[in-house]
Amino acid sequence: MKFRSGFNRKYVLSLLAVLLGLIAGAILMSSTGHNPVEGYRYLFRGGLMNLARVGNTMAIATTLILTGLSVAFAFKTGLFNIGASGQMLMGGLAATAIGLTYSWPRPVLLTAMMLAAMLAGGLWAAIAGFLKARFNVHEVVATIMLNWIAFWTIYYVIPGYFKGPFLETESRRLPAAATLRWPWLSSQFSGSYINIGIFIALAAVIVVAFVLERTTLGYELKAVGYNRHAAEAAGIKVNARMVLSMGIAGALAGLAGGVFYAGYAATMQIGILPSQGFDGIAVALLGASSPWGVWVAGLFFGVLHTGKGFMTAMTRIPPEIADTIIATIIYFAATSVLVERYWDSIDRSLSARRERRSVSKEEGGN
Amino acid sequence: MWQLIVQIFPYAIAYTVPLLITALGGLYSERSGVVNIGLEGLMVIGMFSGAYTISRGGLPPGSAVWVGLLAAAVAGAAFSVLHAFACVTLNANQVISGIAINMVAGAMTRFLARNLTGSGNIQIMRGIQRTNIPLLSDIPILGPLLFRQTYATTWLALGILFLSAFVLFKTRYGLRLRACGEHPHAADAAGVNIYRMRYSAVLISGALAGLGGGIFLTTVSGEFSGTAGGLGFLALAALIFGQWRPFGILGATFFFGFASTIANVSQAIPELARIPGIVLKTFPFVVTLIALVAFSRSSQAPKAAGEPYDKGKR
Repeated sequence: MKFRSGFNRKYVLSLLAVLLGLIAGAILMSSTGHNPVEGYRYLFRGGLMNLARVGNTMAIATTLILTGLSVAFAFKTGLFNIGASGQMLMGGLAATAIGLTYSWPRPVLLTAMMLAAMLAGGLWAAIAGFLKARFNVHEVVATIMLNWIAFWTIYYVIPGYFKGPFLETESRRLPAAATLRWPWLSSQFSGSYINIGIFIALAAVIVVAFVLERTTLGYELKAVGYNRHAAEAAGIKVNARMVLSMGIAGALAGLAGGVFYAGYAATMQIGILPSQGFDGIAVALLGASSPWGVWVAGLFFGVLHTGKGFMTAMTRIPPEIADTIIATIIYFAATSVLVERYWDSIDRSLSARRERRSVSKEEGGN
Repeated sequence: MWQLIVQIFPYAIAYTVPLLITALGGLYSERSGVVNIGLEGLMVIGMFSGAYTISRGGLPPGSAVWVGLLAAAVAGAAFSVLHAFACVTLNANQVISGIAINMVAGAMTRFLARNLTGSGNIQIMRGIQRTNIPLLSDIPILGPLLFRQTYATTWLALGILFLSAFVLFKTRYGLRLRACGEHPHAADAAGVNIYRMRYSAVLISGALAGLGGGIFLTTVSGEFSGTAGGLGFLALAALIFGQWRPFGILGATFFFGFASTIANVSQAIPELARIPGIVLKTFPFVVTLIALVAFSRSSQAPKAAGEPYDKGKR
């Protein structure tokens, strides 16, 4: 019973954070002379009003779900992966390199690309995991540094080895056979950006949920997250588990890079640290770090990102409102402690009253 | 070679100063026990308010820059209240709050810039002018390195550095602030108001990070574009690299400033052009990682940094 109320509470807190984020967005819109009701109508219509837009929403959500899953997975082991952006870049680079170099049969090529993306992202994040386990270097600072190292690596490797014919600042376009676009699927959604990536994301959600809930590995990782010392006393190899957890989180973010640069886009641009890595933190927080929560939160942010262009076109509200709302939601998710504390005090006073009433009843009976 | 160093030096210093000021801001916050990942966002807030004040404030160009810097510091302090409220009053996760600060700052300032000016960028016509310091610039060796082509903000930054070193290590306020970051329960027992100290430290860090953003705007970038280019994160690295000590931070930020300047100008200089750009650009970050490993055994990090203060906990 107690467990169930805790479970519900997490989702209520998430919904509350969303609500507060939307209210903050409305205040910002009206204080800059726009009509928030109209703004939100166009924002949501822009994300959902026809099949093509739903397809785009899902295509954008694909990346967010995978980065959200990455952050959530590390969270379970008590680690904070704010390096999903850098891991995405390394994963995208690995996938792009294979896609541009080899012309194997399509299923083999795509599988190799996605595996390479996972491997690259995983190894990149495992560096931070190793530094944490072996030298107790805080993973937040390590992943920030790794983000910028990845940023500059892409900055020089793409023009150096995979330069496009016209632009210095982006890679050659991947051949159609080396992307996750699937003509049948695209035509179902009237030619949108949707691609096989959404099924990869779905599979990742199912696998992560299974690993966390049904395997010894998942149990051990969560044990390390709950209490590192207790886990160590119980014979779990804490250091090895931390490296592995970071590696898996990185593999998920690397996969996000793979589906983004070889699915949503077909080229890699330099000089950009993908914001999806940071949005992944919002997705993980909002999804209460549970795989299916991440799935829902990713789709929701997908709607906001897809709808913002339409909203700007119809109302002249700047598209950055979507990012502002997402950022505000993170802030409210971080400060939901306030609500939780208030909730606890109401809980306590209610049960105290109940107790008093039952006591007075007994006294009355006597 | 000498000629080269003399040429690079003013640029290296110009790049160092915003980093130094921002990292000093981080120093206050972390010494009081609040980790501030939001430095990057606070710099962006400073850049935005500075750029808006300077370009649209209608002030004469000479004084507009200084009013802009003041606006940057005030806006940074005001915005950091959000971080202080989350971390100190609500005991929220400091890293998450800091990330939220970064994201809100980046998105909101671009939203406002687009509303106010029609584009996401705000350019300023005139930043701070470089001047030679009379007399001092004639000193051999030191003169050309330190006193020619300097910005007034550089001297302001050095002033803040010395003031901070004094305040943090020689005053009662500084002692109490450091106590809050090392052992808040002991400080509390001694009658220090932990919450008030941490609020003041986070607000100072916001003001300094905002000022850092303003200085970056008026000396290096010349425009607001919704990002501080990772400078806030680099300041955070400098804070660790400098082991949470003011003059350590000076050394670390100068090292980063010099390394970044060399990377930026390497193409124009034959001796440096041979080194691949990727090595020069990633150098500061790789060195920071190595430094983190090297210092891991004897880290001087404030012991309570990152931990919310819980009165009931022993």
